[in-house]
Amino acid sequence: MYVAVKGGEAAIEAAHAWLAHERRGDPALPELTPEQIAGQLSLAVDRVMSEGSCHDRELAALAIRQARGDLIEAAFLLRAYRNTLPRFLAAEPLDTGAMRIRRRISATYKDLPGGQVLGPTFDYTHRLIDTAPRPAPAPPEREADGAAVPRVSAILAQEGLMAGEAPDPGGPVPDLTREPLPFPAPRALRLQALARGDEGFLLGLGYSTQRGYGNAHPFVGEIRVGDCAVAVTPPELGFEIEIGDVLVTECQMVNQFAGSATTPPQFTRGYGLAMGQAERKAMAMSLVDRALMARDLGEEVTAPAQDQEFVLLHSDNVEATGFVEHLKLPHHVDFQSELEKLRSIRARWEAERAAGDPARREAAE
Amino acid sequence: MATLARAEGETLAALLAAAPALPAWTRLRGPEAGLVMLRGRAGGDGAAFNLGEATVARCAVTMAGRIGHAWRLGRDLRAAELSAALDAALQDETLRPALEAAVIAPLAEAQRAARARTARRAAATEVRFFTLAAMR
Amino acid sequence: MRAAFADPVLDAQGAFRALLHAMSHPGRVVALDAAPDAPAPLMPAAAAALLTLADAETPVWTDAAGEALDWLRFHTGAPFVADPRDAAFLLATGAPPALDALDAGTDEAPQEGATLIAQLPALAEGRGWRLTGPGVEHEHRLAAEGLPPGFAAQWAANAARFPRGVDVILCAGPRLAALPRTTRLAEG
Repeated sequence: MYVAVKGGEAAIEAAHAWLAHERRGDPALPELTPEQIAGQLSLAVDRVMSEGSCHDRELAALAIRQARGDLIEAAFLLRAYRNTLPRFLAAEPLDTGAMRIRRRISATYKDLPGGQVLGPTFDYTHRLIDTAPRPAPAPPEREADGAAVPRVSAILAQEGLMAGEAPDPGGPVPDLTREPLPFPAPRALRLQALARGDEGFLLGLGYSTQRGYGNAHPFVGEIRVGDCAVAVTPPELGFEIEIGDVLVTECQMVNQFAGSATTPPQFTRGYGLAMGQAERKAMAMSLVDRALMARDLGEEVTAPAQDQEFVLLHSDNVEATGFVEHLKLPHHVDFQSELEKLRSIRARWEAERAAGDPARREAAE
Repeated sequence: MATLARAEGETLAALLAAAPALPAWTRLRGPEAGLVMLRGRAGGDGAAFNLGEATVARCAVTMAGRIGHAWRLGRDLRAAELSAALDAALQDETLRPALEAAVIAPLAEAQRAARARTARRAAATEVRFFTLAAMR
Repeated sequence: MRAAFADPVLDAQGAFRALLHAMSHPGRVVALDAAPDAPAPLMPAAAAALLTLADAETPVWTDAAGEALDWLRFHTGAPFVADPRDAAFLLATGAPPALDALDAGTDEAPQEGATLIAQLPALAEGRGWRLTGPGVEHEHRLAAEGLPPGFAAQWAANAARFPRGVDVILCAGPRLAALPRTTRLAEG
């Protein structure tokens, strides 16, 4: 039960003032600019855009500053802002095959068309904190051949060893921000939920599938990071126009499938796509996407990562933080009733004990 | 339109300031900010799904009976309005050559150069495998 | 092509406020402060109502054509549909479609019932229908000219399927009045 409680306004105002002061930090130091955050904490910006489900680097940077670096709070701020804007239309699906590659690696093939491109990665760093970073030199350049970079999944598909994607059914694309999530959820809704899901939650679930909770033996078929053109078809124009580029990370996770009566043994893929450079997120998403296919493929559903309701209803960190954090709001009346109930149970228990209930005495001893 | 959509607002304004003045225009719709739903495809090539939204600024203006449109990612309303005005002006055969040269060509060149630089940086991080004879 | 609201945010907010007022006081005639200069045959109140309520996610049906249709399409950004049953909002400049030919929502989601915006030659209070129901203290009288004969019977049938049903916004020039589905209507 919720009962409105008034009061505490002065305390709240004072708390806000102190919060603003703490957020600002030492006034003798210059305040962080959103440009600095967008430029130098770009992976935090990427994560906030992804989980805030709204691509806008400037807004995400402002949200990070306002949230004192609490990225879930920043995603919450971005979601709230997003709710004030009308949705004009849906863009054409991003063509990740035509991505302008910054990074592209495959763990399944060494030599492949387009090559292994490391890009700006932490992978080969020594993880030693650099206490005195020097100015970064300009990155080296080498003439690019401009050759196409085909998807790795296409190579396996040529051999007939890779399950193909179901063709686009056309028609409206289901949207969990407009309709309640149905169960079992179609793949389009699962991918949408995972794309906005919490990186930490998905990472833990993905990890669990590798450790035996879901019987996965995954390989990174391909990870690619780069810019994709965003195209829309405004009704007033009637033709497609490009309205800019977004940086995205895509992961194709290859997994074996034992086959069934109708389907030969083959590879299947889990898919991950995230805004920005977000490799861990895209990888975790692809592991969980594959685990969630268990039901469709007729595999036994035994692990948490394979359970659609468990995964999809708990992956949104804005929802999760709302429900967990609401527990700190006043529950005074609720708790009074719990307290009275417990007191009466306790009184009965003590009365029975005093009366010398033999069963109770034995249990106590 | 794609070149204008990718132009930085300040760069666009600076190029326009140095270009022949645009005829007067009136606002038809916007400039206004909203959202487009970004989409991906399952597996990269399968059925479409909603990835998440992106902010977008759009504007439509009329200029001497012509309608100019602009759509661009982000919330730069000023840039959207200038782009819509340019889109209208570029439909005028007498204005187009000068505006193409003063605004569109430099923007397109800068965008091409930035893409080429990213491609060259990526190429420098491409792994060149070599096989050790002893491994055979 | 003409512009729509002079101030898109404030004018749409004002129109929304007027619609809310009209819906919560069934039959009361409300005048819009700022209405767009819409191409004929669109009336200012009807155009303002549709601009305010419709967007890219609400299918719209209208009998308007030509410049008026282009204007509505451009400024609402809504998808326009050919079958009245597929529409969330309808704008009738002529004889409106029968109420039972519109989407009445479902018992589970009655809020999905359509809203019909009908243009009429005139609206007058103090005579005509006797309106009762939520939002009317005793009785409110409204004369709506130009609706098809049998509208009262259609309205009674609409009320009978509550909570399903459609809501109606009657417009005359810059003025409008609303008939939410809960309103009872007796001919005067």
